Amino acid sequence: MSAGSEIAWIDLCALDEIPRLGSRVVLPPAGHPIAVFRTADDAVHAVVDRCPHKGGPLSQGIVHGDRVTCPLHGWQVELRSGEVVAPDKGCVKRRPVRVQDGRVQLQA
Amino acid sequence: MNIQSKPRLLVIGNGMAGIRAVEELLKLAPDLYDITVLGEEPHPNYNRILLSPVLAGEMTVQDIVLNDRNWYAENGITLHTGCKALRIDRARREVEGADGRRFPYDRLLLATGSLPFMLPVPGNTLPGVIAYRDIADTDAMIEASKNYRHAVVIGGGLLGLEAANGLSLRGMDVTVVHLGAWIMERQLDQQAAGMLKDSLEKKGLKFLLEKQTESLLAGPAGRVAAVRFRSGEEIPADLVVMAAGIRPNTKLAESAGLACHRGILVTDTLQTVTDPRIYAVGECASHRGIAYGLVAPLFDQARVAANHLAEFGISRYQGSLTSTKLKVTGIDVFSAGNFTGGEGCEQILLHDAAGGLYKKLVLQGNRLIGACLYGDTADGAWYFQLLREGKDVHDIRDKLMFGQDQLGDVGHKGQTQAAAMPDTAEVCGCNGVTKGTIVRCIKEKGLFTLDDVRKHTKASGSCGSCTGLVEQILSSTVGGAYQPADRGQKPVCACTDLTHGEVRQAIRDRHLIDIPTVQRTLQWRTPNGCASCRPALNYYVTSTWPHEAQDDPQSRFINERVHANIQKDGSYSVVPRMWGGLTTPNELRAIADVAERYAIPTVKVTGGQRIDLLGARKEDLPAIWGDLGKAGMVSGHAYGKSLRTVKTCVGAEHCRFGTQLSMGMGVQLEKMLFGMWSPHKVKLAVSGCPRNCAEAGIKDVGIIGVESGYEIYVAGNGGIKTEVAQFLCKVTSDEDVMEYTGAFLQLYREEAWYLDRTVHYVNRVGLDYIKSRVVEDAENRKALYERLLYALQGYVDPWLERAAAAADSPQGREFRGIAIVQAMGQTVGGAV
Repeated sequence: MSAGSEIAWIDLCALDEIPRLGSRVVLPPAGHPIAVFRTADDAVHAVVDRCPHKGGPLSQGIVHGDRVTCPLHGWQVELRSGEVVAPDKGCVKRRPVRVQDGRVQLQA
Repeated sequence: MNIQSKPRLLVIGNGMAGIRAVEELLKLAPDLYDITVLGEEPHPNYNRILLSPVLAGEMTVQDIVLNDRNWYAENGITLHTGCKALRIDRARREVEGADGRRFPYDRLLLATGSLPFMLPVPGNTLPGVIAYRDIADTDAMIEASKNYRHAVVIGGGLLGLEAANGLSLRGMDVTVVHLGAWIMERQLDQQAAGMLKDSLEKKGLKFLLEKQTESLLAGPAGRVAAVRFRSGEEIPADLVVMAAGIRPNTKLAESAGLACHRGILVTDTLQTVTDPRIYAVGECASHRGIAYGLVAPLFDQARVAANHLAEFGISRYQGSLTSTKLKVTGIDVFSAGNFTGGEGCEQILLHDAAGGLYKKLVLQGNRLIGACLYGDTADGAWYFQLLREGKDVHDIRDKLMFGQDQLGDVGHKGQTQAAAMPDTAEVCGCNGVTKGTIVRCIKEKGLFTLDDVRKHTKASGSCGSCTGLVEQILSSTVGGAYQPADRGQKPVCACTDLTHGEVRQAIRDRHLIDIPTVQRTLQWRTPNGCASCRPALNYYVTSTWPHEAQDDPQSRFINERVHANIQKDGSYSVVPRMWGGLTTPNELRAIADVAERYAIPTVKVTGGQRIDLLGARKEDLPAIWGDLGKAGMVSGHAYGKSLRTVKTCVGAEHCRFGTQLSMGMGVQLEKMLFGMWSPHKVKLAVSGCPRNCAEAGIKDVGIIGVESGYEIYVAGNGGIKTEVAQFLCKVTSDEDVMEYTGAFLQLYREEAWYLDRTVHYVNRVGLDYIKSRVVEDAENRKALYERLLYALQGYVDPWLERAAAAADSPQGREFRGIAIVQAMGQTVGGAV
C-alpha cells in the first residue's frame, strides 16, 4: 500500500468559480450529487447535496458563517461537521475537499 | 509568570433569573468569563413555575429541570449546589460560603430570589407548617397528602390557589383562608374572583374569606393540628401552607452594605446602585421601586444584565408590564394592567354568569389600559399586546370585546379556544402539529417564547395563521412566564438586537449601501448574517439606494437568485409574464414548444391568469428562457418578493356591463411596475365595473372601474388570512391610477419591514397615514411616484440576461454543475 496509499484528489474548478457564500453542484458518475460550498473566508466544504429533513438540495441554500440553510424548510446544516443545527436533528455526509494552488479538489 | 486569566463572574442563586442571565450572556459572549454558580438547593436549575403541575401530579421533578448538570459542564460553568453564600467581602471581592469556602469574583450577579412570608403567629414553626417555594416544599406537600387529611392554605392568591388545587387533586380536604374580601384581589376584580371561587368550589375546595389567622395549634404528637382565627373559630389542619406573599431575599446584600428597600436597588442596567461590580436580577431586585414576583420580567432583566456583562452595554431595562394567568387545569383566568379602572377610565363589560363568561376591558382615552377575563381568555395575549404598545383602539372599539378574531387577524378554522381543544387536535395544519405535541414540548424542553415553540415543534412556523392558538397554548402551559411577542420591538434576527425599523432608518440616515457595511456599522454579532437577515438587508439597501447599492445574489433566496420557483424535488417552475392576463397564439405556441422540448411534466393555469411550467430542470432554465424570449416573453417574477400579476377582467372592450377598459389599464400598470422588488410579493387587479370579476377586493392594490372613473383599494390579501382591501380614494384618469398606485407602492417599499405584505404595513401605520401621504399631499405623492419610476429605470429582464450570459460567467455557472468523468485513467471534474 506504499505507493497506492497516496490519496487521489479530483480537480473540480478554480476557487473563483465558486462565489463567496455560494456553492456549486458536483455530479459524480454514480450516486447523489455533492454540494461544494465556499465561505466568506474562502474555506471550502463538501457535503452530499441532500437535506436530512426532506431531501432538499442544500447547494441551493443561503450560506452564512459555516452554515447553510436549506431552501425548502429552513433547516440549518453545520458545514464543518455535517450536523443539523439544534433543535432539529440529523446529519449529512461530508466529503473531504481542499484548495490547492487556487484549485478546488475533491477526494476521490 | 501568571498568564492573565479570564475575569471571574460569580452568580449567587441557581434559579431561573440567574441562569437565564448566564444563558443570555453565553449567547453574546461565550468565552468572556470564568463562571461560577452557587445554589442553595441541591438541584440544578429547574422551572419553578411548573411546581404546581408537579404538585398536582401532572409532571415529575425530573420533567421540570431546565438545565441539567451536563449543561453546566458543557459550558464550562462551575456549579456548587447545596452551597449557601454567607457573606460578601466587597473590598476583597470575595464571597464566603457557609462551609467556609471562598469564591473570588470580578463581577458578581445576585439572583437570590425571594423568601415566602411566614405569618408572625404563634405556632408558625410547628411541624406540618410550610411555605410553597421550592422542590423541598413540594415534596413535603406530596408526602403530607399521603398521610394526612386536612390541609389549610393561608393566602388566596395565585400561588395559594395553585397549591390548594394540587393538594385537592392529591386527595386532601383543602380550605383556603384569605384575609381579603375576594380571592386573587391583586389580579382579579370581585366579579371575576367570585366566578373563579364558584368553579373552584365545584372542584371541591373550601374557602374562608375575610378571616384573620390568630394562631396555629399543635396536636398531641407536636404536629400542627388546627388553625384558630381571630373570630374564635377553629378548623382542623394537618398541613398548613403559607402562601401569603413573598419578600425579596436581600439578607446577603444588606449585610454587604448594598442599598436595599423592598429589594436590592438596581439601575436600568441591573447594577446595584451601591456597587457597579455587583448586579442583581429577579425577585430579589428592586427596579424603580418595583420588585417583580412573576417570571416574565425576570427574563427581560436577565437579557439586559447579560448585555451589560457582555460589555455591549446598549440595552436598558425600563420595567415590565405584567399579566397573570392561573395554571389550574380547566379554568381560564387572565388579567393585565389596571383592571380596576378609576378616574377618567371607561369600562367595556360582558358578563354571562350562567355561561361562566366574564370580560372586562378598561380604557383611558383611546387606549386599553387593563383587562380582566374569566372563562374565555383566548384574546388575553392580544389585549396584552394592545396594552403594552399603547395602541390607539378607537377604530376597533366596537369589536374590541369580541376579540381579535373579529378583526380577522388570527384564528384558525374558526377554532379560537385552545383550552377546549383535545390533545389530539391539529393546531398547525402546515406542519401537522397537535396540541398535545406542543404542550409536551413546552414542558419537557422548558420553552417560554413563541420563537422557541416554533423552533422545537415547527408549529406556526410556516404560514403563521395558527400563531394565536399556539400563543394561547403557551400561555396556558407556562402561565405568567409567557410574554406575547411584540413585533414592533422584535429584533430582525438573532444576529442583532436592532429592529427592522431601526435598521431601515440607519441604512437611510447613514447612507449604507452594502450588506457588510450595514453589518459592521450596526455591530452584527455574526460574521455575515444568516438566512433571515441577509435577504432583508439586501432588500433594504437596494430599495433605499437604487442604482447605487449593488444587489447581492448570495443574499437572495434561491428563487430570486435563479429567477424560478424551487419545488419540493429540487426542480423549478417557470411562469412567463402575460401582461394583464392577455396572451397570443404565438406565445401559446412558444410555451407548448418549450413544454415539449424540455419534457415539462406539468403545465398549469395559475390563479394569476398565466401559465406555469412545472418540473423544469435547473440546467435547462437558461435555454427555456431563451426560447420563450424569442417569442417576446419575459419573466413573470412568480418566484420573488416583487410584482407578481395584474389580474384583469374583460372590461368595456367586450363586456356589456363594463364601464372602463380594464385590460388596457392592467397592462399599463403591469408594464410600469415590471421588475419592482418589494418587501413581499405584490398582486394587483383591475376590474371594469363594480361586479369586480378580477377580485380586486383581495389584492395589494385593487382598481375598480366605475362610470365616472376608478376606485382604488389597497392592502387586500387573498392568502393565509383573507383581508378585504380598504378604500383609498377615487380618481378620474388612467394617469391618476398610475400615479396613486405607484405612490402607494413606493411608500410601502420605503417603509414596510421585509416580509410584511401591504396589509401588515397598512395595519401598522394606519390607513389615515397612507391617505395623508398619498391622497392629501399631492407634492409628496408625485415625489413618491417619481422615486418609484427612478428605481425601475433601466430594469433588464433577468431571463434575457441569463439566457444570453456566457457559460463561464458567474451567471452562467449558477446553472451548471461540475461532472466528474473518468478519462484516460484520470478522474477529472469538468463543467457540464
